[in-house]
Amino acid sequence: MSTDVTAPTPAPAPPGKSGPASGDSLLQLMLGGMRRNMRQYGMLMALGLIVVLFAVWSDGDLLLPRNVSNLVLQNSYILILAIGMMLVIIAGHIDLSVGSLTAFIGAMAAVLMVEHSLPWPLAVVLCLAIGAVAGAMQGFFIAYLGIPSFIVTLAGMLLFRGLTEIFLKGQTLGPFPKDLQKIANGFLPEVGPDTNYHNLTLLLGFALIAFVVLQEVRDRKRQQEFALDVPPAKLFVLKLVALVSAVLVVTLLLASYKGAPVVLLILGVLVVGFGYVMRNAIIGRHIYAIGGNLPAAKLSGVKDKKVTFLVFLNMGMLAALAGLVFAARFNAASPKAGLNFELEAIAASFIGGASMSGGVGTVLGAIIGGLVLGVLNNGMNLVGIGTDYQQVIKGLVLLAAVGFDVWNKRKVGS
Amino acid sequence: MAGPVLEMRSIVKTFPGVKALSDVTLAVRRGEVHAICGENGAGKSTLMKVLSGVHPHGSYEGDILFEGETCRFKDIRASEQHGIVIIHQELALVPYLSIAENIFLGNEHAKRGLINWNDTLRHAGELLRRVGLDEHPETRVADIGVGKQQLVEIAKALSKKVKLLILDEPTAALNDEDSGKLLDLILSLKEQGMTSIIISHKLNEIRRVADSVTIIRDGRSIETLDVKAAGTTEDRIISGMVGRDLENRFPERTPHHPEEGTAPALEIRNWTVHHPIDQQRKVVDDVSVEVRRGEIVGIAGLMGAGRTELAMSVFGRSYGRYAGGTVLRDGTEIRTKTVPEAIRHGIAYATEDRKYYGLNLIDTINRNISLTALGKVAKRGVVDEHGERQVAEDFRTSMNIKAPTVFEPVGKLSGGNQQKVVLSKWIFAGPEVLILDEPTRGIDVGAKYEIYTVIDQLAAQGKAVVFISSELPELLGMCDRIYTMAAGRLTGEFSRAEASQEALMRQMTKDKEVTP
Repeated sequence: MSTDVTAPTPAPAPPGKSGPASGDSLLQLMLGGMRRNMRQYGMLMALGLIVVLFAVWSDGDLLLPRNVSNLVLQNSYILILAIGMMLVIIAGHIDLSVGSLTAFIGAMAAVLMVEHSLPWPLAVVLCLAIGAVAGAMQGFFIAYLGIPSFIVTLAGMLLFRGLTEIFLKGQTLGPFPKDLQKIANGFLPEVGPDTNYHNLTLLLGFALIAFVVLQEVRDRKRQQEFALDVPPAKLFVLKLVALVSAVLVVTLLLASYKGAPVVLLILGVLVVGFGYVMRNAIIGRHIYAIGGNLPAAKLSGVKDKKVTFLVFLNMGMLAALAGLVFAARFNAASPKAGLNFELEAIAASFIGGASMSGGVGTVLGAIIGGLVLGVLNNGMNLVGIGTDYQQVIKGLVLLAAVGFDVWNKRKVGS
Repeated sequence: MAGPVLEMRSIVKTFPGVKALSDVTLAVRRGEVHAICGENGAGKSTLMKVLSGVHPHGSYEGDILFEGETCRFKDIRASEQHGIVIIHQELALVPYLSIAENIFLGNEHAKRGLINWNDTLRHAGELLRRVGLDEHPETRVADIGVGKQQLVEIAKALSKKVKLLILDEPTAALNDEDSGKLLDLILSLKEQGMTSIIISHKLNEIRRVADSVTIIRDGRSIETLDVKAAGTTEDRIISGMVGRDLENRFPERTPHHPEEGTAPALEIRNWTVHHPIDQQRKVVDDVSVEVRRGEIVGIAGLMGAGRTELAMSVFGRSYGRYAGGTVLRDGTEIRTKTVPEAIRHGIAYATEDRKYYGLNLIDTINRNISLTALGKVAKRGVVDEHGERQVAEDFRTSMNIKAPTVFEPVGKLSGGNQQKVVLSKWIFAGPEVLILDEPTRGIDVGAKYEIYTVIDQLAAQGKAVVFISSELPELLGMCDRIYTMAAGRLTGEFSRAEASQEALMRQMTKDKEVTP
């Protein structure tokens, strides 16, 4: 499961034809494995390319510890939304209301905590519940009444935006309790001796590395036990090295500044959790099935309505979480919060490999897509490209990513 | 009547893996109504698609001569310019446009891009009078019944200066009265000099309107008969449609002798289903069937007989509107209102339309197989991927699914292998009763034999199998007992000993006026 954090699918890399024959060169093996997961590796490479491009262009500013930290904080709420959006799109739907819902939950949080001085943990739980109810309502209309999700959530987009303005009376409302701000903006606490690095972050990083390696090795052992084809040992080691060094680099970068942001931890839990659910849980399979072929899923006994309902309920809850993080980060609820967030989340999903017709995509893909957009934003800011050109470039990237996908599919002929 | 207006000579058409037409020759005389008949999948529709340019010149072998000229149609438009118009089973009308707009769609009365409505309506009115449809040309097509829509299609064809009108099962979706009117119209057009080809398997219809009939079987034209000749009886046509040998195409089967006294594994009583949209129409009408453990029971019928509709309705009300009937498993009445309920009661339905209803084509073999019973390879809601893979590997071996790995998307497999995945997923669900709907449709002979073997094994394990098919030889080769259906009703029941292709076909081609 940890593979979902750092690597695209613990690939059933190239078994079959080439087999574990040691004669094949490492490069050939790698290419074979990549061809199977073209979409994900393609986007991962694009992300790498963008990182390198802007790192060079900004004279290394992009990879300064402080900036990496910032990058995480700036994009956390879009990434949270992208996870939920990916599920919605895989199920064959769309959700246009999440930006407004994000703002609405921010407003509710401000009303509860600032106006009514509710203790923040209680307010957070209430806000998540409100988000879930909002999502459930939309899900009910979509799943059980059969109203197209585009329409329902377009209505939701207007409705929640309006409600936000009503509750905030057009004003900005703040500030939030210190503890809540710390969650959105803060870092893990400093512990232990002075090592020039953030100890807890290092510890977490090493734990993650150990976990990844253990999980990979166990996975491989179990596959062998079942007498299934396993990727050749060389490729396996290479994959492990790549995984470990990626985690290590990010860990060291974060640890040499203030440590890992708290939201990164939240995000990590979400990615692992949802990645695991989509990959291994029955409900995850059912989401893919109804998006891939609804009539066939129904005839296979999948409770399509219930699944659709739950997907939207979940989206509402994640939108609430994003709303809380956003409001706490800027320490105020604003009527204009969350503007165009739904479009960013949708773009992240499609860049990350979702398909308009549903049934395809991974949680990790949504994160990669979100990071592509995030690094682009951040990098272009660093090198001083204006927001006008930024929009043009982001539009072209979305078009290119999906265009590449369509072209690649046609070439493969599937 | 003059010489042939249309000749199709030695037409051969192959699709990847399947030879749809292997040698068809057809000659249609000017001014006649020429019927084409044959079983489902015999190649009737493919032949008409070749003629109308849906399958363009170059994608088939053989020659088409129309009015003495060799034709090389590259698309439908080209054939229509020559005056050949086909009306498909599925009507091609835009529901929210008016009758007049539909008639002239793509062929508008217009000047410089602007439609001349006076001309359009006047001309549409004339055409509607010609086909005997008493509706205003501005009525929306969605607001008139299917029978009238069929007439609009014909009016549309007439507007294109049609010389040869092809009707593909024109009465399949119509009630008796509308069917009668349509047949009258075909006869009156014939008096005006129209040549038409009508594809049908309703023998009484053919006798009523056709002058000659060409019988197609297994992609070959068998013979052309003069309908009005004394020797051309319905039995004569039937023997042409079915005359096939049955040797060695099926595994050896020991016919099952149902033990007396025990209740059938599945019993359906007085099942009635209405059409999902046209609720006046009974698609399944008071049908009762039963199947015992270890028994393979066939349901024979042609297009529109209601077999699939019966099966899907019983399986979680997946088709149409339920209007009565009960289901019993081992003698106790059960609820099958939803698919999960049906599956829980040990019923499986493997669809005839594997691409639409059967498989998630973009997903892999292992995930398609496990979908019906994910709980079996999961613990506390979490799928054990290795176990799942093992299950899929086992099926890949036992069903001989030809694929490099079980991670291959099923969309890339051939029809026969896709069908094996469909069967695998339903066998994995662990049912006691399997309803298999056209399990060998569109797959090659080798794969067919493998699937027959699997079905035989299932019965030998004590499962009850309902085998829906329109291929009579396979029913005769595999089944212990065979029901026939026609126009939504049960028209007969035959033991293995009584059944013959002729006897079955006679009951399958019975139209509504005949009750069992």
